[in-house]
Amino acid sequence: MTTAGWIIMVLACGGFTGLLLWCVRKVVVTPEAPEHLHSQIDIDTHDEK
Amino acid sequence: MGGDKREHWGTRIGAILAVTGSAVGLGNFLRFPGQAAKYGGGAFLIPYLVAFLVVGLPMAWAEWALGRYGGARGHNSSPGIFRTLLGSRKGAYVGLLGTLMPVMIYMYYVSVEAWCLAYAWDYLTGHFARLGSDLAAIENHFMGFVGAGGNGALFGGGPAGRMLVFLGICFVANTFLIYRGVNRGIERFCNSAIPLLIVCALIVLARVLTLPPHPAHPDQTVANGLGYMWNPVKPGQTLWGVLANPEVWLAATGQIFFSLSVGFGLILTYASYLRPDDDVALSGLTACAGNEFCEVVLGGMIAVPAAFVFLGPTVVQNPPGTFGMGFVTLPNVFNQMPFGSLFGFLFFFLLFLAAITSSLSMLQPSIALLEEGLKIGRKASVSILAVIAGAGCLFVAYFSKGFTALDTLDFWMANFFIFIFATFQSIVFAWVLGIERGMAELRRGAEIRLPRGLPFMLKYVSPVYLLAIFGLWAWRNLPERWRAIATPPADGPPVALFSVLLILAVGAFFAGVVHRANKSWDKEEEPS
Repeated sequence: MTTAGWIIMVLACGGFTGLLLWCVRKVVVTPEAPEHLHSQIDIDTHDEK
Repeated sequence: MGGDKREHWGTRIGAILAVTGSAVGLGNFLRFPGQAAKYGGGAFLIPYLVAFLVVGLPMAWAEWALGRYGGARGHNSSPGIFRTLLGSRKGAYVGLLGTLMPVMIYMYYVSVEAWCLAYAWDYLTGHFARLGSDLAAIENHFMGFVGAGGNGALFGGGPAGRMLVFLGICFVANTFLIYRGVNRGIERFCNSAIPLLIVCALIVLARVLTLPPHPAHPDQTVANGLGYMWNPVKPGQTLWGVLANPEVWLAATGQIFFSLSVGFGLILTYASYLRPDDDVALSGLTACAGNEFCEVVLGGMIAVPAAFVFLGPTVVQNPPGTFGMGFVTLPNVFNQMPFGSLFGFLFFFLLFLAAITSSLSMLQPSIALLEEGLKIGRKASVSILAVIAGAGCLFVAYFSKGFTALDTLDFWMANFFIFIFATFQSIVFAWVLGIERGMAELRRGAEIRLPRGLPFMLKYVSPVYLLAIFGLWAWRNLPERWRAIATPPADGPPVALFSVLLILAVGAFFAGVVHRANKSWDKEEEPS
């Protein structure tokens, strides 16, 4: 394998592995949203805008 | 609408794993490495990454947001969601594609799932070891097992019908899990299956990366095998030469689409089971990242290097298609590997897990429509779907000669209509719902900041890119396919035509369901 091949492999595999690990960490540490009580502004009346 | 009695995902991680399971399939481990090796190795990653950033990820986010939007308004089915989005009964008929495509793909996908299960079983019981490294014997075994030699070959009784037993097992497993429901069936299964799949893949990967060079050919090392996957260009090619080839862009975009399960209506249905305030931005990104990890990191490092070490450069310079790579080339590799039965079992078992988590997601859109449209319970909807899907599976299994039925359904559903439906979704999100409302929907509950350029990407770049790629693809492929339907073969039944008629028949049935659904939705919307 050429040097350019090694660089592409490390960047591609490292990039996607890093992205997945970052996402998993974020999902695990962020508490799930509770059931919110809605204010009037949140209510969608389905009216045409 | 009264209290929310609809199903929901039990946890956020469960929803993410289910969508990841839907996306991760055979394409990640067999199609991607073959495509990359065929189209220049590392250079293929440039159009692949462009397609991921320009259409794959933005469209996945849009589909998550549209699905949750529909779910918040009481719809889990694609027709119901598009009726709401377009504010018109006609929208439900367009949304029909999001139900038809998955179930038609299921009809042949479950056959391939059965092949994986059978191969895993054969490795576990040592059956495959007896075939040794005789390529012709392995190929004959595959062609005989799948009945590629003649229509009806699997129905003649005796050993030829073995495939039908595995098909039956897979069909029953899918039906049972779907019957259990979104939370107790799909989510619980994916919570175990996806981590197990990754563990199996990591074990096989560790074995491949530590393979010694071939004793008779010292040049056939793992590092040189990785070169066929990752070197920017093959000898005699230039980077610009590869990138100037439209085929490479078509292949990369098609791979991203099929791989991320974008444009099928699967994410749409799965996301509709989220709660209105659940995050979709981080969940969508995590599911995409999980799929890309399985595809690029695991899929990109297993098949091609292993094939190179044992079989030499010829097989990776001109890689066989997905089936050839998976069911002929790789068994030949495992049969030559120390402890090959164990690693062969692990590989085909992980393919089976990847396949079943995908096939489950293909049934759920139809279940959602049958329940909503006919106002029936889960038992009745699963029964109706089992009859339709079962008939389709038998059709594909019977017309097995040359994979014509499978290939025809795959072409029209997983290539042609996927582009149309993806483009339609992209336009609905950005231009019908409106990019401001669409982005507001996407940002609601978001636990990450979305890229600033995303609205521009979704409004202009994604639809234009999709239309351009679709136009090019249609110009190159449609005339030949049309001829295949219009010109019956001289030596057998017109299977391509039969397959199109099957699509039309199932489409007509679901159109009838949508018609009834529209009537009941009209009544619900009448002011009381």
